[in-house]
Amino acid sequence: MTETTERTALVELTGAGKQYGNVRALDGVSLEVHAGEITCVLGDNGAGKSTLIKMIAGLHRHDAGTLRIEGEETRLDSPREALDRGIATVYQDLAVVPLMPVWRNFFLGSEPRKGVGPFKRLDTGLMRRTTREALLRMGIDLRDVDQPIGTLSGGERQCVAIARAVHFGAKVLVLDEPTAALGVKQSGVVLKYVAAARDEGLGVVLITHNPHHAYLVGDRFVLLRRGTMVGRYTRDEITLDELTKQMAGGSDLEALVHELRRS
Amino acid sequence: MSTAADERILRSSPLRKLLLSRPELGSVVGALAVFLFFAFAADGFLNASSLSTVLYASSTIGIMAVPVALLMIGGEFDLSAGVLVTSSALISSMFSYQLTANTWVGVGVSLLVTLAVGAFNGFMLTRTKLPSFIITLGTFLMLTGMNLGFTKLIDGTVSTKTIADMEGFPAAHALFASTLTVGGVDVKVTILWWLVLVALASWILLRTRAGNWIFAVGGNEDAARAVGVPVAKTKIGLYMGVAFGAWISGQHLLFSFDAVQSGEGVGNELIYIIAAVIGGCLITGGYGSAIGSAVGALLFGMTSKGIVFAEWNPDWFKFFLGAMLLLATLLNAWVKKRAEATT
Repeated sequence: MTETTERTALVELTGAGKQYGNVRALDGVSLEVHAGEITCVLGDNGAGKSTLIKMIAGLHRHDAGTLRIEGEETRLDSPREALDRGIATVYQDLAVVPLMPVWRNFFLGSEPRKGVGPFKRLDTGLMRRTTREALLRMGIDLRDVDQPIGTLSGGERQCVAIARAVHFGAKVLVLDEPTAALGVKQSGVVLKYVAAARDEGLGVVLITHNPHHAYLVGDRFVLLRRGTMVGRYTRDEITLDELTKQMAGGSDLEALVHELRRS
Repeated sequence: MSTAADERILRSSPLRKLLLSRPELGSVVGALAVFLFFAFAADGFLNASSLSTVLYASSTIGIMAVPVALLMIGGEFDLSAGVLVTSSALISSMFSYQLTANTWVGVGVSLLVTLAVGAFNGFMLTRTKLPSFIITLGTFLMLTGMNLGFTKLIDGTVSTKTIADMEGFPAAHALFASTLTVGGVDVKVTILWWLVLVALASWILLRTRAGNWIFAVGGNEDAARAVGVPVAKTKIGLYMGVAFGAWISGQHLLFSFDAVQSGEGVGNELIYIIAAVIGGCLITGGYGSAIGSAVGALLFGMTSKGIVFAEWNPDWFKFFLGAMLLLATLLNAWVKKRAEATT
């Protein structure tokens, strides 16, 4: 099931785990993220997906196993540290400030400035222009970057957040259920930009509970159930049907079918 | 994707775009209406001296409404702002008098202590994560008690001793409470302070990194934190900004006369908030402008003085204020709904 890799993974977890008090939220999870590849993490609610994200994003420190970033064993103590190491996380609901214009959101926290001393000011021209260009490069054509980002649709907002991470030189992009709240068409659009980020050479971690979305773009698949890893595959090791069946619960599903069958 | 985005732009009307980009627009329309109303209803409202009185009344509110508006854009309240003005004046006056020091020493000490109160508000808020309503209500009550308690303890009465004969008084009076004559019209120096503060605050909000952070912490604190915005520092800074405004107002209060009544200032905090809200600040944060707060203060000044010039019963003032507040809040709520509407 595991393969020997010659390239060093951008992020590699080996037997990682996390305990909250006396609850074991995650145990024995191993995954690797390579440049230009998409690693999908699949699991039902409560499987430990968000704990896994928080470990990679620097919100929580892992307390078992190892985390390697570009081959070097590390502990991440804050989101800022993760960002500095090139790991950008896009959360489903806290990606943007709705009432702020697109260009202000795009540069939030990393605003370019010009001028000296007390006259140091935002380089608004550069900010507007760069936002437009960075979005265009990802294939998003917003004529008006001055509109509040809240006026964009959910999918568009995710796309801006992805474009933002790409622009700021992230090496690893972690996406928390980017398609969960979206309709079919919007999900497709977002997946297109996930693939675009991959083509830019980023390593992507895609968290989802939708095996169809995962199989459309994924190179590697990690399956979680109740805090433990129940499977780890590369694309050529598993079919969509098998993935779907595993996701749906495998033997649990058969039991459910049996239970629901009308007598 | 691109076509979807373009369709969206075609659908948004120019009026809606204008309202979204200019928070103070509604209040400007309101201010024009009130101005025209009193220009017809009140004799002498258009005299230069009357307008100067209106501007002075507006400026005393406006100096505080500016930092309070910034704080509201940052998503927080400060209920202690009104009494902090009095505290600032009391500290300055008592320090100079008790130590027989130059009045500028009192002014300087007052600045430090007032800023420290602001920092305390911000620190408590960011540390405890309690609502700012509760934190600053606590500071409000404590300051109210301290203003009265210390004044009685030190001076024996509810007002401070006069400092008019002390060294440095004339210069401090000139800076904080003088009247300039511009083209034959008396202009209070507070109007200049007010204009400078509005310009400074607008620049900070729209052209600096700190301004971007203020909008962000008020609009979506978690998102701001996730992209590396120093949320706690921004909020503490905003509270210290309110304290700075309170210091200017407090020194004006002191040097306009030469003594301070220790019970003053209670209730003014709401007037500052009302001016900010009428000027387009969202009560939930993330949206508003410094210019809006100035228009709100101007509406306040025009109404309070206009009613006097029109020789009406001043009791009606509160009614107008309440009505304007409701109208402004309704408009703001509509704007926010439109701005956040998805698909």
